[in-house]
Amino acid sequence: MITMNPNSKQQTWIKVLLFVLALLPFLRLVWAVFTDHLGANPLEFITRNTGDWTLYFLCITLSVTPLRRIFNLNWLLKMRRMLGLFGFFYAALHFLTFLWFDHFFDVAEMLSDVVKRPFILVGFSAFVLLIPLALTSTNGMIRRIGAKRWQLLHRLIYLIASLGVLHYFWMKAGKHDFAQPLLFAGVVAILLLLRLYWAWTKQRFSMKSA
Amino acid sequence: MIILPSEITPREMVASRRQFIKQLALGAAGSAGLLEMATREAFAQNPANRKLAATLNNNFVVMDNKTAYKDATTYNNYYEFGTSKSDPAQTAGGLKTQPWTVVIDGEVNRPMKLDLDSLMKIAPMEERIYRLRCVEGWSMVIPWIGYSLSNLLKKVEPNGNAKYVEFTSLADKSQMPGVRDDVLNWPYTEGLRLDEALHPLALLTFGMYGEVLPNQNGAPVRIALPWKYGFKSAKAIVRIRLTSTQPKTAWNSAAPREYGFYSNVNPEVDHPRWSQGSERRIGEDGFLVKKRKTLMFNGYPEVAGLYSGMDLKKYY
Repeated sequence: MITMNPNSKQQTWIKVLLFVLALLPFLRLVWAVFTDHLGANPLEFITRNTGDWTLYFLCITLSVTPLRRIFNLNWLLKMRRMLGLFGFFYAALHFLTFLWFDHFFDVAEMLSDVVKRPFILVGFSAFVLLIPLALTSTNGMIRRIGAKRWQLLHRLIYLIASLGVLHYFWMKAGKHDFAQPLLFAGVVAILLLLRLYWAWTKQRFSMKSA
Repeated sequence: MIILPSEITPREMVASRRQFIKQLALGAAGSAGLLEMATREAFAQNPANRKLAATLNNNFVVMDNKTAYKDATTYNNYYEFGTSKSDPAQTAGGLKTQPWTVVIDGEVNRPMKLDLDSLMKIAPMEERIYRLRCVEGWSMVIPWIGYSLSNLLKKVEPNGNAKYVEFTSLADKSQMPGVRDDVLNWPYTEGLRLDEALHPLALLTFGMYGEVLPNQNGAPVRIALPWKYGFKSAKAIVRIRLTSTQPKTAWNSAAPREYGFYSNVNPEVDHPRWSQGSERRIGEDGFLVKKRKTLMFNGYPEVAGLYSGMDLKKYY
């Protein structure tokens, strides 16, 4: 198999490039706010757009391991933390739009809305679960927690991505508009099933050799 | 051979052709004459003269700020033209609204088949400024033009069995790209109880903002029911049928738990997935100001009598 292994200097450049690319959706939103390019309901546009980009980044982050394994691109692992943190960044913006545009920073009212409505509860839970992952993303935290436990904790991302898709699916359900949620569900399902498959073959392999 | 009135060339088009011929006959070779002819022809081909005369009815005017024309004509829920709010403004341009006929039948003594011009002459055109509250939690304020639906219903003379009114919208795949997707059971149908339909607020609508309806807003004829969620107001109506039983309505059939037959604006009864207690007025609320409280019956208490004694949580 062909392997593409950039040296560490090239990796830095790739990382910078990815950083700028990942920031573009946000810059586009800021530009659109100031040039009035968001349509009649700009707040809805911002809410949906940040939600979309959260899902994109969850999928991108989840695809790092499969890409790395299939194409032998070990260096990709070095990009994963940044991509995951961008997922958190867009999720935080998405949550902020909800707290701001829907509830005008009335936290009590926001929380009562969260518990009353399943699709919001699911999205909110996914966001809350993302917080410990973001907080423990530094090298120091990995060392302090221990790699094994850190990895276990960060497997929460499987649950978070699934909750995110369910949140989107539920949001669209009442309007019978399933095309996009199904696409996300399919992508996340493939990314998770690959992991299940690898876990299963590894287990069989270790059982055989035992 | 029967010639439908709607198939006859519109008067203004004939007038413009005559004018053209007259000018030719007069030998109006001067550039001014030619220019004038050119403009007249353009008007005839493309009915750019969209003005619709109406008298403001002060009994039906809310004092809220009117929504910007641009917002009201580019942010539309109209699934026949696509599920995105920006779709209708982009894809409805090709809808042919002339000729257009509306059938009024069912439990009536005098069923009718009217072309648009005759339908528009049933009663004088009024301008009314109504709130519009979408079930999704946003709202607008629109200056509509039309007349009370009751004027038409009285003409067809509902018989003793008539209890409900059903509206059917056009569903033409060749003109409406959204109809190719089965997101709803086409054609779109909506309905009212007869007494609701006879309420003076129920407006048979032909125009907005002083002009005939843009296609994305339901041209050439729609209904406007300001005390109900927007989806109750059927667009591009081709049939109005009076029935003895409650008609099946599009959104109610699609998701009965989320969209009731009545669907009166009611801040007390939440949608299963979001609150109906507040709303975002398009162009005003949310960014710098808190969303506003939604009013019972969207601020039209005069309809309350239609529902006295009814449990509005049950009949949502």
